[in-house]
Amino acid sequence: MKVRILVSFKDSVLDPQGQTVKNALHTLGYRSVKEARQGKVFELELDKVSEEEARKLVPEIARKVLANPIIEKYTWQIIQDE
Amino acid sequence: MKFGVVMLPGSNCDHDTFHVLKNVIGRDTVFLWHKDHDLQGVDAVVLPGGFSYGDYLRSGAIARFSPLMQEVKAFARRGGHVLGICNGFQILLELGLLPGAMLRNKDLKFLCQFIHVRIENNRTDFTRAGKKGQVLRIPIAHFDGNYYAPDKVIEDIRANKQIVFRYCDADGKVTDEANVNGSMDGIAGLMNARGNVMGLMPHPERASEALLGSEDGQVIFRSLIEVLEHKGRKAR
Repeated sequence: MKVRILVSFKDSVLDPQGQTVKNALHTLGYRSVKEARQGKVFELELDKVSEEEARKLVPEIARKVLANPIIEKYTWQIIQDE
Repeated sequence: MKFGVVMLPGSNCDHDTFHVLKNVIGRDTVFLWHKDHDLQGVDAVVLPGGFSYGDYLRSGAIARFSPLMQEVKAFARRGGHVLGICNGFQILLELGLLPGAMLRNKDLKFLCQFIHVRIENNRTDFTRAGKKGQVLRIPIAHFDGNYYAPDKVIEDIRANKQIVFRYCDADGKVTDEANVNGSMDGIAGLMNARGNVMGLMPHPERASEALLGSEDGQVIFRSLIEVLEHKGRKAR
């Protein structure tokens, strides 16, 4: 099974890289871009893991390692079944 | 007393720190290898600056899983003195030994320059050889030094006087301009509530010899020595 985890800054945390991207887009004339946030994508291939097990395992990995819960939040999804 | 300087893959201030402690300050100092579980009976652990594990994932995020770091964590929990410099500070945050986290510098630039910090609290084991309000001239060299913590945490660390250093100008004034990386409350150095763990972004080991432009950084090492050698005498 393959899962994809998206880690990004919490809304309460300033994201200077996202802001720079937004400013660059405005400079290029994309005035409709109201906000830009930058994050990280992880793809994990899990071996012999059921969907139920993944629902326990992936959040645990995300909390412990992939995201720093003080400044970051995460979402995840299964992108490929066994 | 004996200092231990941690060597992680990607540490690049380990030898500078070792040199200052051993040759400039003149205390017994050993390197501590990241794969070991042995703290070699040191009285204080120094996590040096650098780019441990290439800063992959987040600065300091991978280092916290190394075997040695489990010992450092236990050592700190027993009340042992731990000093984290730059990347060492980032590791202490990721380890959860200090509150908060580091964000990228506000201007998204790697900053490598001399700055000034003010001793906010000199009743600590890391600053007792200095005076409250004393201005130190010490270099910084980092990309992720923009200290962040939720408001509630900032309130707590203020109330507990855990802020040890703040960025300031040459006259000791804390201003937005002097806060080069955008840290909350201008925080440059922070200790835990118990007072045995401190992290700071400036590099005191690069400001410990007049030849290198400043000796101001020595105050931190000398403070630790004062505390630990006094304790040693009492114990004997």
